[in-house]
Amino acid sequence: MRNIIKNKAVVADDWTVLRLGEEDTPDAVAVPEGKVIVPLKVWQQQRAALENRAELGVWIGSSERPEELKDDLSRFKLVAVDFPKFADGRGYSIAYNLRARLGYTGELRAIGDVLRDQLFLMQRVGFDAFAVREDKNIHDALKGLTDFSEVYSNSWDQKSPLFRRVQRGVGAEA
Amino acid sequence: MYRYDQYDHQIVKERVAQYADQVRRRLNNELSEDEFRPLRLQNGLYYQRHAYMLRIAVPYGLLSSKQVRMFAHIAREHDRGYGHFTTRQNIQFNWIKVEETPDILAKLASVEMHAIQTSGNCVRNITSDQFAGVAPDEIVDPRPYCEILRQWSTFHPEFAFLPRKFKIAINGAEEDRAAIMVHDIGLSIAKNEQGEIGFRVFVGGGMGRTPILGSEIRAFLPWQHVLSYVEAILRVYNQYGRRDNMYKARIKILVKAIGIEEFARQVEEEWQDLKDGPSTLTQEELNRVAAYFTAPPYETLPATDAKVEQLKTENKAFAKWIERNVKGHKVPGYASVVLSLKKTGVPPGDVTADQMDFVADLADRYSFGELRATHEQNLVLADVKQSELFALWEEAKKHGLATPNIGFLTDMICCPGGDFCALANAKSIPIASDIAERFDNLDFQHDIGDLELNISGCINSCGHHHIGHIGILGVDKDGSEWYQVSIGGSQGNESSIGKIIGPSFSAHQVTEVIDRILQVYVRERTEDERFIDTARRIGVTPFKEFVYATPIKIEHPAGEDAYA
Repeated sequence: MRNIIKNKAVVADDWTVLRLGEEDTPDAVAVPEGKVIVPLKVWQQQRAALENRAELGVWIGSSERPEELKDDLSRFKLVAVDFPKFADGRGYSIAYNLRARLGYTGELRAIGDVLRDQLFLMQRVGFDAFAVREDKNIHDALKGLTDFSEVYSNSWDQKSPLFRRVQRGVGAEA
Repeated sequence: MYRYDQYDHQIVKERVAQYADQVRRRLNNELSEDEFRPLRLQNGLYYQRHAYMLRIAVPYGLLSSKQVRMFAHIAREHDRGYGHFTTRQNIQFNWIKVEETPDILAKLASVEMHAIQTSGNCVRNITSDQFAGVAPDEIVDPRPYCEILRQWSTFHPEFAFLPRKFKIAINGAEEDRAAIMVHDIGLSIAKNEQGEIGFRVFVGGGMGRTPILGSEIRAFLPWQHVLSYVEAILRVYNQYGRRDNMYKARIKILVKAIGIEEFARQVEEEWQDLKDGPSTLTQEELNRVAAYFTAPPYETLPATDAKVEQLKTENKAFAKWIERNVKGHKVPGYASVVLSLKKTGVPPGDVTADQMDFVADLADRYSFGELRATHEQNLVLADVKQSELFALWEEAKKHGLATPNIGFLTDMICCPGGDFCALANAKSIPIASDIAERFDNLDFQHDIGDLELNISGCINSCGHHHIGHIGILGVDKDGSEWYQVSIGGSQGNESSIGKIIGPSFSAHQVTEVIDRILQVYVRERTEDERFIDTARRIGVTPFKEFVYATPIKIEHPAGEDAYA
């Protein structure tokens, strides 16, 4: 059990993330029992064996396409997106597309190099759960979700840009 | 100019708090340097050779006198008494202490400024025409669109960690003065046959290791769709731009690899889901922002001022300054004045704290309290009454800001180079200084005429060498500094990338190389032909042949160089 941030609170979590070792192949790797988040490729290649598992999550690598899950999304109540390095920003577009284009409504969890200073941005594009890197203080990281009280642009969390939501200042009074 | 409302203030204030806390966590090691680096870079803080450098955003180059006075204050209190205007119309300070940055940012916030996204792999400061709103050839004032895009790109959640930096420029006049063809996205405002306003959109231009001009991705994008279309471009780039090699990570490499047609198809696919969505601009929002850029209270004046015309005939120096540094204005009786930051002996773009205070005063007294920074690293007073030009000139002269060299050989674009920048392969300021000294004679410069000479200390091309009529690039060869020279580059409506003339030179040979290039020009030019036109007509070969015909004496290193 470890702590994660979910719906803006620190909670205990019993999911495990399956990552392939160097010797493992997606078709042959053994998927442990219980609540497991498997790599997209493992899901694709062991689908027949995994299809009937009640509690299964899937994670998408930053170089993979969310569209590959298009027809399966409704099966999952947990989809994760991996950040191999926090500076690899592909996961933000993957998350946005999972929500906005593919209509995914379940838990969307950021895994990997997930750090406090990116959480605000991550929640904006559709993440609602954050497996903060385990060497970091998760209670400290939680503060990252409230760095800003207002935003300019629309994204998943706030679907309207600032200019459509509020009455803004006008004219150039000196 | 644009003024912050409560929301802008709030967002910038929260940014200062967020950043101050990041600095605190870095100083007590809760954040590693690797974790802190991208955060401080997105706040414009670079570690340079000797100290931290802080780059402050000057949105599309527009400044109030109050803001410039704050720069003077920062220069005195937190730096060594000067600042440096950059080719993205920003200003940077080179001797900053990291512990003081939260304070500096709080001071900047008090004058509606920040350092957000002036570095890092995100959308950078949006640049534009320094004569926006006053240029006689303007189609539509680009500043409202610049401001709208500035706000949209500020902390856009999806595009803070792109494969590489991302630069957008917008031009709204007949002549492109914003170098839009060498930007990741270049927007050129156009009107269609029905008189509706839109953008001609270019993508994938850039300098650096792989200089390339932008490709047209859309001939006419109605203005309402500018945010959603830019978002679609960025989303495609964020997902497919290369991340394995930082030298191949800019959008230009992606566009080149898959071709503009395929890239356009992918953008179109993304855009179909966004088009007409909530980010579609409304007339109300455009009007609201445009209201900040309405014309100042101009007086009704005759088109030309008789007194000025007379002074021009009596005072040759004044006439020369008018010819080079004073530009046309769409309002009769007014002019735009370029204050040259290219005085021989001063690094291009550098301004002292005293000069900052002085130009702020000039702005208050002569130009409705506003200034503009240009990507050529000069300053502009955009709304000066012609009748006050002489008085302004006399004052500017006393402060070393009236060198009549705009568009001349010594009006060089030059990056900070190896004297400051940790990325540089070679120094660039001493090269600019040698060239300025060698060709200091204004009559000679006048004879040579329009010539853009750009110097970069490394291939990152901050000094825009690829688009200099003559470009100089610092390169590293076996641990020593060498300079590659190119000819035929150009910004503007006839943008082109310069061609390298041959093997590189040592620092001491560069001025002689420039002299030989100019000799070829003088020999080959037809009457009134500008350097760039001659270079285009005859090509690189005649220059190359003459430059390399005889050995160039390498002067014995003197002074500190002898110990280098």
